[in-house]
Amino acid sequence: MSEAALDETRPAAGGTPALKVTGLKRYFDVSAPLLNRVLERLPRQILKAVDGIDFEIKPGETFSLVGESGCGKSTVARLIVGLHAPTEGSIEFEGKSIGGLGRSEMAPIRRRLQMIFQDPYASLNPRWRVSDIVAEPLRAFGLETSSDGIQARVGELLTYVGLSPADGEKFPHEFSGGQRQRISIARALASKPDFLVCDEPTSALDVSVQAQILNLMKDLQREFGLTYLFISHNLAVVAHISDRVGVMYLGRLVEVAPAKTLFATPRHPYTRMLLDTIPDLEMSGRERMPVGGEVPNPITPPSGCTFHPRCPYATDRCKTEAPAPLHLPDGATVACHGVEEGRVPDGRVGSL
Amino acid sequence: MLRRDKSLIPDAVAAMVVDCPNARVPKPSGHAFGMVMADALLEVRNLRIEFPTRKGTLVAVDDISFDIAPGEVLGVVGESGAGKSLTGAAIIGLLEPPGRVAAGEIRLQGKRIDHLPYEEMRRIRGQEIGAIFQDPLTSLNPLFSVGQQLVETIQTHTDMSAAQARGRAIELLGEVGIPAPERRIDQYPHHFSGGMRQRVVIALALCANPKLIIADEPTTALDVSIQAQIIALLKRLCREHGTAVMLVTHDMGVIAETADRVAVMYAGRIAEIGPVRQVVKQAKHPYTEGLMGSIPMMGQETERLVQIEGSMPRLTSIPVGCAFNPRCPKAADRCFRERPEPIPVDDTRVACWLYDKEAAHV
Repeated sequence: MSEAALDETRPAAGGTPALKVTGLKRYFDVSAPLLNRVLERLPRQILKAVDGIDFEIKPGETFSLVGESGCGKSTVARLIVGLHAPTEGSIEFEGKSIGGLGRSEMAPIRRRLQMIFQDPYASLNPRWRVSDIVAEPLRAFGLETSSDGIQARVGELLTYVGLSPADGEKFPHEFSGGQRQRISIARALASKPDFLVCDEPTSALDVSVQAQILNLMKDLQREFGLTYLFISHNLAVVAHISDRVGVMYLGRLVEVAPAKTLFATPRHPYTRMLLDTIPDLEMSGRERMPVGGEVPNPITPPSGCTFHPRCPYATDRCKTEAPAPLHLPDGATVACHGVEEGRVPDGRVGSL
Repeated sequence: MLRRDKSLIPDAVAAMVVDCPNARVPKPSGHAFGMVMADALLEVRNLRIEFPTRKGTLVAVDDISFDIAPGEVLGVVGESGAGKSLTGAAIIGLLEPPGRVAAGEIRLQGKRIDHLPYEEMRRIRGQEIGAIFQDPLTSLNPLFSVGQQLVETIQTHTDMSAAQARGRAIELLGEVGIPAPERRIDQYPHHFSGGMRQRVVIALALCANPKLIIADEPTTALDVSIQAQIIALLKRLCREHGTAVMLVTHDMGVIAETADRVAVMYAGRIAEIGPVRQVVKQAKHPYTEGLMGSIPMMGQETERLVQIEGSMPRLTSIPVGCAFNPRCPKAADRCFRERPEPIPVDDTRVACWLYDKEAAHV
């Protein structure tokens, strides 16, 4: 799976992709303590959080990863910003491998690669003033040294995200969830990054606030030419913000396609199932077909294609053989035996 | 032994409750209310929930009225802090002190339930009104098997023997779609996945065949594919049992699929209440309109989402007049002076001066 790139490699406008991930794996050892293993003869248990994924993000693009909890999408985010070291595989940032870099080698890259976290209540230090929070990257990377310079830059950053420079004097608890998320965006922008990893940036927010943040993110992308890796479980949000989308299931990418293609003609049965779970706000009276079953325990994933126990098209081949990625002419890449053999009809689940 | 354990559901909730009904209750004032349905299962009239604090009294829910008919699903939507969960908590008598029902009345089948003594309310809770909460892990007691919790609840509310109750528990587990219920019944909550736990919670709520279920964000903690399953299950069971549901959620999508009628709450008031199709498709209140526009929708190419500027006011600083006036694109002078009362438009009632016909030519 890691050999064949799941993402179609096309010559990007700028030549090298902003980010290229090849055969990325991250395993976690979740075994019982050694003594218990010896005494109770328990086997080692390995959780394959990310199990060989490949994708590429072009400069200025928004690439989204979607999937249910436990599919490994947040682990991918953490691998890319260097919060976890990959077990195997490579991560290339603008053509330069950043997989196993040390702290000092990573620093100049980290300046250009920032992250926005899900929970704006947990990601801001409650004892720091907002101006100190936003100024931290400036100080850490030595971008501004004079206190006047820092103050001016913080004011500028807060203005970008729709707050006022005077808000810098306040503490995080004085702000609402949406405003806090604006502060974390200001902090992420402080070091003038090119690439932002956004891990569920709006899922802790109310819809009207979510709309504000999504609009802000689009505006900032246009203004600063940012590249986003956007992680979410909300397909409607993903459809709104993304250029290309990767669908993850149990540590693997099952489908990668341009957003329009993915939502118009989803190929993989799992993608279709996910699309079918989006509540119908148009009230067309479409009867949703909830797919049975739940995500299996990732410690003991099913054999072959990991989706086969929930898949209406599963055959014996699906139970034994893991599907390899298949490149389709419209730019989509699907890992499914059914699609390859033409067993899975085209169209949305609703029309099955 | 089990009986005395107050931390079991649904008595669990009882443990956190202190008698809220001793709050002062003013004279009934809802009779002048226009849309009283004779056959309403639940009637809420001019409900006001207050939190007395050292700095003054905060009004979290202010003068709201609505009905739920038997077998009806009423969706209650709003942003965090709009007062939707508190309304649900007040109905089942689970307001956490110092919160209290300060005015208005709640009637279940014509009988007032907002000022009942603790023990009487405890009997109604579970028997007449069931509850489903957001987080299935915290609504189940981890120290008792699922079966023990179900049997206890069934025996609390019916005269069944232990063996009969166990049979009924297995039947309920089967009904909520848990495979192999005769085996699963003796397992503990940690043996179940999130979606399965929420099914157990639904089974618990259905134990005594209540007439009304208060479901407070029942799908929020679940994965999208499980959400769809739980919604479908809730819908089917309520249809089969003829149970009415008050579905509290912030997810307009869930409401659009499930509810018959919907109430949109903003800053402790009902901004708009009416049949779901009218509210979702032809939102009347500027807040509902903005809310609908801010939801990203599939198959709709929009560069920017509609954005309601600002955020909901804090309880300490609710504006004079219409609470939405600082964010409303259509606010007029009157909105800053007078608080709008619900005005009937079609089958919907809208608390917005835009729809006041008498004032239209003033």
